[in-house]
Amino acid sequence: MHQGQRGTEPATITNGYGQLAANVLARAKACGATEADIVVADGETFSVQVRVGTVDRLTKAREKRLGLRVFIGKRSATTSTSDFSQDSLERLVADTCTLARAVVEDDVSGLPDAAQMATDQPGLDLYDETVLDTETQIDWAKRGEAAAFATDPRITNSEGAEFDSSSGRVVLANSHGFVGSYKSSNFSLSVSPIATESTTGAMQRDAWYEVQRKFARLASAESIGQKAAERAVRRLGARKVATKRVPVVFDQEMAGSLLANLCGAISGYGLYKRASFLLDQLGQTIASDLMTVYDDGRMAGGLGSRPFDGEGLATRKNTIVERGVLRSYLLDTYSGRKLGLPSTGNASRSVGESPSVGPTNFYLVPGLKSAQEIIGSVKEGLYVTELIGFGINMVTGDYSRGASGFWIENGELAYPVEEITIAGNLKQMFKDVEVIGSDLVFRGRIASPTLKISELMVAGN
Amino acid sequence: MGYTRPLLNRDKEAPITMLEPVQLAKFGVTELEAQHALDRLNVRDIDYADLYFESRTSESVSMEEGIVKRAAKSVSQGVGVRATAGEKTGFAYSDELTKKDLEIAADTARYIANSPQGASPVPVPTQRRPTRDLYPIERAKAEVATADRVALLNAIDAEARRYDPRIKNVMASFNTEYKVVAVATSDGTLVGDIQPLSRLQITCIAEDGDNRQAGSFGGGGRVGFEYYLEDNRHLSYAREAAREAILNLSAVDAPAGVMPVVLAGGWPGILLHEAIGHGLEADFNRKKTSAFSSLIGKRVASDVCTIVDDGTLPFRRGSLNMDDEGTPTSCTTLIEKGILRRYITDKLNARLMGIPLTGNGRRENYQSVVLPRMTNTFMLAGESDPQDIIRSVKKGLYAVSFGGGQVDITNGKFVFSASEAYLIEDGQITKPVKGATLIGSGPEILTKVSMVGHDLKLDNGIGTCGKDGQSVPVGVGLPTIKIDEITVGGTQR
Repeated sequence: MHQGQRGTEPATITNGYGQLAANVLARAKACGATEADIVVADGETFSVQVRVGTVDRLTKAREKRLGLRVFIGKRSATTSTSDFSQDSLERLVADTCTLARAVVEDDVSGLPDAAQMATDQPGLDLYDETVLDTETQIDWAKRGEAAAFATDPRITNSEGAEFDSSSGRVVLANSHGFVGSYKSSNFSLSVSPIATESTTGAMQRDAWYEVQRKFARLASAESIGQKAAERAVRRLGARKVATKRVPVVFDQEMAGSLLANLCGAISGYGLYKRASFLLDQLGQTIASDLMTVYDDGRMAGGLGSRPFDGEGLATRKNTIVERGVLRSYLLDTYSGRKLGLPSTGNASRSVGESPSVGPTNFYLVPGLKSAQEIIGSVKEGLYVTELIGFGINMVTGDYSRGASGFWIENGELAYPVEEITIAGNLKQMFKDVEVIGSDLVFRGRIASPTLKISELMVAGN
Repeated sequence: MGYTRPLLNRDKEAPITMLEPVQLAKFGVTELEAQHALDRLNVRDIDYADLYFESRTSESVSMEEGIVKRAAKSVSQGVGVRATAGEKTGFAYSDELTKKDLEIAADTARYIANSPQGASPVPVPTQRRPTRDLYPIERAKAEVATADRVALLNAIDAEARRYDPRIKNVMASFNTEYKVVAVATSDGTLVGDIQPLSRLQITCIAEDGDNRQAGSFGGGGRVGFEYYLEDNRHLSYAREAAREAILNLSAVDAPAGVMPVVLAGGWPGILLHEAIGHGLEADFNRKKTSAFSSLIGKRVASDVCTIVDDGTLPFRRGSLNMDDEGTPTSCTTLIEKGILRRYITDKLNARLMGIPLTGNGRRENYQSVVLPRMTNTFMLAGESDPQDIIRSVKKGLYAVSFGGGQVDITNGKFVFSASEAYLIEDGQITKPVKGATLIGSGPEILTKVSMVGHDLKLDNGIGTCGKDGQSVPVGVGLPTIKIDEITVGGTQR
């Protein structure tokens, strides 16, 4: 139906936006801005959802957005719009300068130093020119869901399968004369089947997904659907367990959620606001000596890769934790200045907001044991495959979340469990990491192998 | 706090002011162009189509470390075009509103119908105005000078620090949104609304030696700036956030296991939102993926529980004159004395299921599809004295405030996390405990509610509900209730 124009017109877009950015920056200067930067993002998205074999929803769009940040001395404000007409942009610049004059001076505010701007902009393999027609994308979603139904007769229903493809471009320019741009794309399939227990009628949903920068790297629709079905079926017959303190094994996804908590705790903004449980810990042991964590912004094809960060600084590979010792926070220019440290190249930027801090490709270095061996080492404990809720206090590290997974007896997965919680404190949990698996797979910006924590409180009956 | 008319005597009549009808011209589109796009969508298999025009201006100012550092403003405008055929939905959106963009979007949305091009005309939409005005705020009052917002935040910072010298940082933000929408539908309506929304949020960090804790409080609604200054409401929010942070400095570890829990009124109504609200959204039930599928007419709660979803309360965060399909919102009884009565619906699901339209079709913005969503969800007051409820518990938990919650629709398991809670020992509230997650099963939990207080309270207007990646503002409410047993996820036996 629609042949996208990806890959055919990017040069003109860059040039067009480059000129647009230069015009807006000049306008800001004329309005009194001492420094400014501008982000322009545009992209197109296509999404198809199939449910029980038929197309449920088809969505297509192109969009664009421009964000402006100005500094008037030590005061700053941020604005954004989707209207790129000259009138609208002139109004935007005037509004931004008015807002900036209304806030209070902030000593450390400002662009990064001009000398720090990225000088190289490697491609990083983030973009795929492949344009898929609508029928192909519908077919992917249909095959993914059909594979789930075919895997097991207990798959009786479905929340559907969704295939998404998107591509976009980001242009960042500032009053130091920096202009950078990159293109990226994403292709993803997720399948969410529902399994029913024939005797009780009780239902369990689970899902599996994959996302890749390049279409050709996507696993087959069939393998994603099959895995989703296996995950749903294995939850049937789940029960509560007695309240007990036991070892807990986190599967890759859930271990990744712990790593995301670590990431939050070492983000510059939480630190200078004194709202993190890892204050003043640089150079200190914060985790088991088995743990080494990197954040690598330049991994080829990485889902968190980018040539420069949200302020135009070059991305890099930072050692975050080295054998349990905290070596680096995640910082942008502002939070770095607050803490008296240089930026780590981790400014993340949504159009229209001030920079914040975010990971690039943030991962725990794998160990040697397979997940099977780790589970095999537990006499009685919990294997967690899903966590829900928001019971994490980032100020204290107190941790209490809803969990489901499997009860481990004598090194085997004995039966599925649900309606339980796991609780502890993250500060202690990172120190109690006892084994790290060998199974690191990047399925997002944060990745972890399976890991085992020596003991947590499991609350159930 | 907040809107104080007694809820059980809710005035069903709307306030008297009539809105100016929102004109499509506001979006640079003529009625003829909208009509033409709808005609283009009206091919053989299409049951329904609509165009949703939206213009939104959001502004925020925020403070930390005693200074108002950040101010931001964003403007967006666009149209979402949708066509439905049976269970299928075709959807496209655009931030350009030219005739050509409308046509491209219409052709994309129509794709799902598998019908040849060849439009037949739809009824000419008749311009309507909303039948009521639940949030009559003049634009001038919604848009206050940045300087006034800065002064508001400065006063909050001073008040929180005055509360206790152990308050070491105050983070406060004030956000407003001014949204103008117009909906043109193939069933012949053209209706618009102006939807203001604002929220004040405060977090305090308290420190005492190595012990650090946070406390939060906030509020808002479809109200103007003056709301926050009435009776120094902004200062009372600041004191509440400071009080929670200081209280948590002395909190002990929470217990683990099954025990009776008393929920205070107001925001703890998030229980209803997670435990049953989502499970009663019609889409999950049409697809039979909800733990509540096929339970209409069945007992899902004890007979002291009556729960409604009401989008018609003036000035409330979850209220709307009309939903995002142009249907007037309503008060829907979901559970009546323990019996499940209704699902909440949008047009697609009401049509496919053959059940009443409740005015709950909502979307985050023009870039999102309509889904059945809650508005303000709460339990009606009962007859018990809240003090008697606490006195009835030998050993348990009294939970006053919560962070967020989440539910697995299919197996019905839900969680919500306490941010202010106390032990109950021998009928008395004793020590404050650290936050803990409570976990239960949606279709069972309300059958364990044995006492309902006479003290119904709605929350202060801070709720945002997420579903399928879309966030919409909602309200919740609850009287004090006793749940005979629920699993508390603490660390202590």
